[in-house]
Amino acid sequence: MTETEFDVSDDVTAVVEDTQLPRRLKDRVYRTVEERDGVTVEQADEIAKAVETRYLDTRIDPLDPVGTVSAQSIGEPGTQLTMNTFHYAGVAEIDVTQGLPRLIELVDARKTPDTPTMSIFLEDEYATEREKAHEVVWKIEATKILALGDVSTNVADMRVVISLNEDTLAERMITPEEVAEIIEDHLGVQTVQQGATIEFGPEEPSYRDLLQLVEELRDITFKGIEEVSRVVIRREELDDGEEEFVLYTEGSAFGDVLSIEGVDASRTTCNNIHEIYRNLGVEAARETIIEETNNTLAEQGLDDVNVRHLMLVADIMTNRGEIESIGRHGISGSKQSVLARAAFEVTVNHLLNAAIHGEIDDLDGVTENVIVGKPIKLGTGDVDLRMGSTSR
Amino acid sequence: MMRNSTPKDIGSINFGLMEPEEYREMSATKIITADTYDDDGFPIDMGLMDPRLGVIDPGLECKTCGKHSGSCNGHFGHIELAAPVIHVGFTKLIRRLLRGTCRECSKLLLTEDEREEFRGDIDRSRKLGRDLNDVTKAAIRQARKKDRCPFCGEVQYDIEHEKPTTYYEVQQVLTSEYSQRIAGAMQGDEEEGIERTTPDELAAKTDIDLTRINEILSGSFRPRESQRKAIEKALNIDLTDEDTNKLMPSDIRDWFENIPDEDIEVLGIDAERSRPEWMILTVLPVPPVTARPSITLDNGQRSEDDLTHKLVDIIRINQRFMENREAGAPQLIIEDLWELLQYHVTTFMDNEISGTPPARHRSGRPLKTLSQRLKGKEGRFRGSLSGKRVNFSARTVISPDPTLSLNEVGVPDRVATEMTQTMNVTERNVTEARRFVSNGPEGHPGANYVRRPDGRRLKVTEKNCEELAEKVDPGWEVNRHLIDGDIVIFNRQPSLHRMSIMAHEVVVMPYKTFRLNTVVCPPYNADFDGDEMNMHALQNEEARAEARVLMRVQEQILSPRFGGNIIGAIQDHISGTYLLTHENPRFNETQALDLLRATRIDELPDPSGIDDEGEPFWTGQDVFSELLPDDLNLEFVGTLGDTVVIEDGQLVEGTIAEDEVGAFDGEIVDTITKVYGNTRARIFINEVSTLAMRTIMHFGFSIGIDDETVPDEAEARIQETIDDAYDQVQELIEAYERNELESLPGRTIDETVEMKIMQTLGRVRENAGDIAEEHFDDDNPAVVMAESGARGGLLNLTQMAGCVGQQAVRGERINRGYEDRTLSHYKPNDLSAEAHGFVENSYTSGLSPREFFFHAMGGREGLVDTAVRTSKSGYLQRRLINALSELEAQYDGTVRDTSDTIVQFEFGEDGTSPVMVSSGDENDIDVDHIADRVLDSEFESAEEREEFLGTKRRPTNLSEHADSRRVSDAPEVTSDD
Repeated sequence: MTETEFDVSDDVTAVVEDTQLPRRLKDRVYRTVEERDGVTVEQADEIAKAVETRYLDTRIDPLDPVGTVSAQSIGEPGTQLTMNTFHYAGVAEIDVTQGLPRLIELVDARKTPDTPTMSIFLEDEYATEREKAHEVVWKIEATKILALGDVSTNVADMRVVISLNEDTLAERMITPEEVAEIIEDHLGVQTVQQGATIEFGPEEPSYRDLLQLVEELRDITFKGIEEVSRVVIRREELDDGEEEFVLYTEGSAFGDVLSIEGVDASRTTCNNIHEIYRNLGVEAARETIIEETNNTLAEQGLDDVNVRHLMLVADIMTNRGEIESIGRHGISGSKQSVLARAAFEVTVNHLLNAAIHGEIDDLDGVTENVIVGKPIKLGTGDVDLRMGSTSR
Repeated sequence: MMRNSTPKDIGSINFGLMEPEEYREMSATKIITADTYDDDGFPIDMGLMDPRLGVIDPGLECKTCGKHSGSCNGHFGHIELAAPVIHVGFTKLIRRLLRGTCRECSKLLLTEDEREEFRGDIDRSRKLGRDLNDVTKAAIRQARKKDRCPFCGEVQYDIEHEKPTTYYEVQQVLTSEYSQRIAGAMQGDEEEGIERTTPDELAAKTDIDLTRINEILSGSFRPRESQRKAIEKALNIDLTDEDTNKLMPSDIRDWFENIPDEDIEVLGIDAERSRPEWMILTVLPVPPVTARPSITLDNGQRSEDDLTHKLVDIIRINQRFMENREAGAPQLIIEDLWELLQYHVTTFMDNEISGTPPARHRSGRPLKTLSQRLKGKEGRFRGSLSGKRVNFSARTVISPDPTLSLNEVGVPDRVATEMTQTMNVTERNVTEARRFVSNGPEGHPGANYVRRPDGRRLKVTEKNCEELAEKVDPGWEVNRHLIDGDIVIFNRQPSLHRMSIMAHEVVVMPYKTFRLNTVVCPPYNADFDGDEMNMHALQNEEARAEARVLMRVQEQILSPRFGGNIIGAIQDHISGTYLLTHENPRFNETQALDLLRATRIDELPDPSGIDDEGEPFWTGQDVFSELLPDDLNLEFVGTLGDTVVIEDGQLVEGTIAEDEVGAFDGEIVDTITKVYGNTRARIFINEVSTLAMRTIMHFGFSIGIDDETVPDEAEARIQETIDDAYDQVQELIEAYERNELESLPGRTIDETVEMKIMQTLGRVRENAGDIAEEHFDDDNPAVVMAESGARGGLLNLTQMAGCVGQQAVRGERINRGYEDRTLSHYKPNDLSAEAHGFVENSYTSGLSPREFFFHAMGGREGLVDTAVRTSKSGYLQRRLINALSELEAQYDGTVRDTSDTIVQFEFGEDGTSPVMVSSGDENDIDVDHIADRVLDSEFESAEEREEFLGTKRRPTNLSEHADSRRVSDAPEVTSDD
């Protein structure tokens, strides 16, 4: 069969290849046989058989209802999760939804999470130099006028006066001219900019318009990404003892961040599965679902939940090539069987629609068969069992 | 009758609408009278309780099928409605169809190209299992854009829908004030600069005769449409009014009847099975009486079902309608009655329609009509079809019994005599069967019923039991009582995971509670504070085999959630093993034997040593080691942070506590289960628990108030730390008030001071705990429990002996109550510790009234939280199960749902079971070791060799009861085939 790089006889290769072992274990058997001298083909066969027995023991049993087991394994610890815990493990400054609400949010596949955040990793010198890292921060964090200087209103002259803080401007790499220009673009007013002060006012003297302008001024994003309201910079230790700067954000704009210079797109993540899906595709979304559910459980000390269960949930949520929620609007609502849908939620509507569209229920699934009183086609219901007598 | 014979096996179910003719055809009778019973109490013919609709009173015969109540399913009747009415369920679809089809020729207002496109969309949606309604909606939206019918050219009007069941056609018609409006416009408006128009000019402009214009202006002639438009154009005015024309259900029905089949197919409606006109009812089916049984109250009065009440209303109105129409009543009255009929039919089908007052019972309770019967948790689907009440089940309080094996359940005798197992009498078990029957229904291993070969079922009574016993012969069936060794299913709700339902072997016992070994509490999440559990007796051999092989407690020792054991030592067992092994105490022969008396060990090993008095002794570790498999080797970091070393089945070093033998991943139990199998693990767990119980009885273990009291000196030190903290808090508050406090990044000053105070006070409790702990001996029961992991932790100890600490609501200090203060005992805006729920007392010293109040606030939050959490996580679980329930691992290793869609190509990316793999590489296959064994061929017997190579499997499903019996009475059962 396949060529192996091990120095074993063809007969040995034949018996080992004949087993159902995965490549990894076959190689281990070859290596063991190779290391020991004078292993006969029969002995090699026995070794392979014994390994195979143990391997097959660890395999999932055919016809095992893995779905239900996984659902139970995630649902059961749900009772132990806390309701309203905030606070992210590492970054105390950023609040992140945790516990049961977060788990529900993930399974619901909400369009935007309650508290969107990103973990932005940096590359090269951006990761090691604080100055450089800060450069990236200013490109990401939405800078509002209040961060740049003070705003006052001169009611007598009907003017809005902004006195910019030149240090902050220099730090955030924005000039007063730029600020003035942005204001003109956004508010459609003429500004008078002199050094670090900018003045402008409504076209016609109106107290209301003046206040309106101040309100609007506060909403302008001068620099950075509008969705990201805050960025926290943290020094983290790597496995090899080195240190690097990592950014954590409040608010997310995953696609925008990936294209910023200095951001390590291969490690940067976001807790909004839809953003990941849009920018990186379903497989990445699946990975994120697993990662996020796992983190949510681990945060509450339930990290012993086997990943395989989380994988299955993530796989069914992404099975159609897009993210589907678990529940009425997603997987349960798009089931083939009318009875299964009717038994889950909004019973009457499903029945009426089925009548209109002339649907046929083929009774393949679990719920339908429970309803009509037939054995379900899962586990022991999938095989026929007869009582026999043992001959001895 | 053919159609009433229900098939044994349902292949598939088709859904569709029924046409009126079909209703009539399947009807057993037409219903015309609203009355149910006559004065003698007999059902009236052609009334709602007509005997042809089925029987509910026992003893009566059904007039249609001749069967008796119980076997007759009932038969439908029908009511001929005096006028068509709309089916509430389809009001939205009716609106859509009205909007999308021509008012004249009923054709769908779409060109052939558009139709083709939507047909394609429908097919695609069908294949992908998407919602067809989305396509229908899009098609209707497209059709509504047409002003005129592309086929007959008729102008289309907008359809308005007034919920729930009224439809209007909105037309533009000539206003009644047309003459005034024209005259007004002809006056002109000087300000706006519009000139006056004379009738002559108007006539010229509009090309209408001057006389006509004058007639129009005088209001004696209504302008035709073309004339109206001309005038409107000339004068730049609007002469129309919106006129709403009510569409009666009969109109709609006529309209829908003309829609061609191929047109509705474009909308995704199955024309074959569901013609749109069938959504408007002309005949109402009357459910059989079996679906709406009347109940006889204690006073002999009959109380009718809600559906019957509703049907009575419908028939009454229906009759009045007909009478009025025949008498030629005015249109207004007819319309009112029509609406009333519509209301009753609507509420008959759904009584929770928004915008309609629900139909009510005389008492004011809303009636439960058809929709309400199907909907929701207690509805037909979830309440009666997906989950049913069953026979052969029992429920009672549970209580512990450490003498039982974990596989067993103590069943009260009165349960055992009520629930039976069917015995097929053969030559081999006749004598047994006769013995059961002769014991009668009251004596314990007795029988309740027998079935003769001719199928006749006989009740076994005290009187006939002896007589009956003699008649029992092969071929009979005997329903015998539960006896020791029978397998039953045991369950505790909420059934959150598969270990909530496990199979146990019966041990019949006196008294009234189910007894179970305490080690099975974790999987069931049971305790004995009044918990009740359910038991189900299995009724066929297949079920019993499945239960024994797959569901028995010992098969469930490993949890599929985390791959470790979920059954193991708990609470006192852990304290027991801790006491036994921690300081490795010595026992003399009697004591050692006493510890091991409930285990299989009946001979002590060689003594661990000889003490000063020359007496041999056995150490705790050695006693414990007796329970371990002889060739077990293990080394790991244990509960106390020390290494636990087991060499060749001998505990060499370390203390046995929670991480060693406890439920939830006790290392030793886990290893034994994975390496030596479930049966060995069951024996081990049983023996550990009994040994631990013996140990704890040997040493004695109790906890009292004195165990949590600290000396005065410690008390003073604790008070000191508390006072220190108070000072610190005071400093913080002063700094805050002076505005000198630096705020933390991203926080306001208020939040900062709050956080800092919380931190300071949090530290107090820790310090108090540390001080208290210093004063406790290692043999303090609370310390033993906390250290070993049996129950409680340092926090509990701290709160009992040191200080209860800060009470929190929503993760903050208590901030609610009065304006600016928590209680009227404090000044407004007092930020101090005691004003915001810091409890400086310990549970032993007792709480002050104010502290008690704050403590209750914190406690209440916990209770509310749990209540909210259980409902939320319950729903989450239901959704997860529903979404994943169809997934199954296949023989080829893939995971597919029941319609064979592949979800995973290999379960969990590697195809391994989460049960067999504990996380990490611990359970890796040791190829080298296997090779060693094979090559050295050090097998004691051929059998062992076969087992090792895996050609022969270990037996798994032996009954524990049979095992023990085999030891006691020698003759082994031999099979004769």
